[in-house]
Amino acid sequence: MAVTYTRPPAPAREGGALKPLGRGAALLLLVAGALLTVLPFYFMFVFATHSRSEIFNLPPPAWFGDHTPQNYDSLLGRTPFWRNLWNSLYLAVMATGTTLFFCSLAGYAFAMYNFRFRDGLFNVVLATLLIPNALNIVPFALIMQAFGWIDTPRALWVPGMAGAFGIFLMRQYIGSAIPRELVEAARIDGCSEFTIYRRIIVPLCGPAMATLGLVTFIASWNNFLGPLIIFRSAQTFTAPLALRSLQGLVNTDWGALMLGVGLTVLPLLVVFALASRQLIAGLTAGATKG
Amino acid sequence: MQASATAPPRPKRSPAERWESFQRRYAPYIFISPFFILFLVFGLFPIVFSLYLSFHSWQPAAGLGSMKFIGWRNFTDNLTDPTFWQSLRNTGILALESGVPQHLIAIPLAFAIHTSLKRVQGLVTALYFLPYITSVVAVSVIFVTLFSWQYGVLNVVLTGLHHLPLIGGLFPAEKINWLGNRDFVQPAVASVVVWRYVGWNTVLYLSGIQAIPSDLYEAASVDGATTGQQFRYITLPLLRPIMFVAITLTLIGNLQLFEEPYIIAGDSGGIGSVALTTVMYMYRTYNFYGDAGLAAAMSWLLFILIGALTLVNNRIFGKSRLSGSD
Repeated sequence: MAVTYTRPPAPAREGGALKPLGRGAALLLLVAGALLTVLPFYFMFVFATHSRSEIFNLPPPAWFGDHTPQNYDSLLGRTPFWRNLWNSLYLAVMATGTTLFFCSLAGYAFAMYNFRFRDGLFNVVLATLLIPNALNIVPFALIMQAFGWIDTPRALWVPGMAGAFGIFLMRQYIGSAIPRELVEAARIDGCSEFTIYRRIIVPLCGPAMATLGLVTFIASWNNFLGPLIIFRSAQTFTAPLALRSLQGLVNTDWGALMLGVGLTVLPLLVVFALASRQLIAGLTAGATKG
Repeated sequence: MQASATAPPRPKRSPAERWESFQRRYAPYIFISPFFILFLVFGLFPIVFSLYLSFHSWQPAAGLGSMKFIGWRNFTDNLTDPTFWQSLRNTGILALESGVPQHLIAIPLAFAIHTSLKRVQGLVTALYFLPYITSVVAVSVIFVTLFSWQYGVLNVVLTGLHHLPLIGGLFPAEKINWLGNRDFVQPAVASVVVWRYVGWNTVLYLSGIQAIPSDLYEAASVDGATTGQQFRYITLPLLRPIMFVAITLTLIGNLQLFEEPYIIAGDSGGIGSVALTTVMYMYRTYNFYGDAGLAAAMSWLLFILIGALTLVNNRIFGKSRLSGSD
């Protein structure tokens, strides 16, 4: 081959970097996109501090107002909002706690044991991920009616205690991050199987537990269709249901409603600010390893 | 009893040893049993029951005794119901209007984040991801105010842009009645869905792009490939496995759209019911008309549609999974 380089190859820039001009344009678009993403949240907080008439003014308010106390009184006058937030929290904590326990237990079994039908059973777990939610709505409502679980939170957290996604995530993590020898050694030292789980697996599962915990908490906190089917009274409503009931009123107090929206979203924003890296990394690891 | 007399004497094991081997043998089954018990009670049984239900006429309020077998009637009733077809058409339009842009934005966005941002990558990604973690209800309520006709921020901004020199003509001269005009309800709902899921898809694609070995790009730029060519001939083909995952998730999610149209357009689907999706119609059939059999049959029709489209997607995107980076 007579191929010769007439000039030394330029040092390759990492990941096919753009030329300065293209780079500037890309950056500008990225920043504009990020602004578009964040602005609705900004307006949510701004509107929460204004009265209904101020929100529907021309031009709409772009900076914080001083109507928050009135909005707060109006919000609590229309719906027991703290109670609703508490219901959401209770539901999310129960769902998260039980999911972490049962999914890590099952993930441990699938990752660390050789037992008959293991692969078949695991495929059943994965297959349940493909069943569309929509198929379940009517029978779900009917079963909860039959159990007498209408208007009780357990109707929502009990069915989700051991979800396929969580088992999948925990199995992947335990299988790749915890050496089998560790489990064997503990067994030789006379640990029972559950003790191995509790004393060795759980402490080493931190990152996966954090991801699964966050996902479960967020999903439960944001769930709308489930509570819509189960809860019937303002006292048992979760926060999203309370928001919906506020919006449904003929004369919606948009200031109060926005304050409610803000109070519902704020806890998630705080959690996300603290753990976004963990959450994103864990989620995509689960999604792309499949 | 005689057989045991001739059998070789087994080594005697203490109760502790026996307990140990017993629990070792059955521990995994016990550990995975919660899932399977829950699945049987809350997963499999409901599905079988809903299939059974779909062949019956039943008003749940009247008790189990009023259940009557009616064969395929629920299915034929649905298939001859114009509102059902309208809901399917709405679902399809909304799924396309909100699904296609998501991916058209997310793929270049992920590429841009990967190539031009190194230090602030995490922060920018987190910002784009933010809508995905927030309650759909909260998000939709916010957008209802932003979409407001006379006083909404969106229209105020659009009018402002219309008065700009040069590019002003690109923007509408009149305020758009987003939620009160049947032509704009679907785009309004779809744009909220896009807004919510672009970040999720971007993160998915970003993780796919990061898995592509960087020496491929280096070799390409040595050969003089432009960034555009690298995107076209390296990034896109190697992203196919991730595209398959992302598009499947979008497809399944979009065909079950409920919360966004329910909050933004109202439970009847807004003006002319243009945002009444099939899941909304199913919910209404069950909840307000109290017809559980009809609603169950509707969910099975939707399930069949989702399954068929997933298969089609599988044929188009799933074929070359081996060419991926793994």
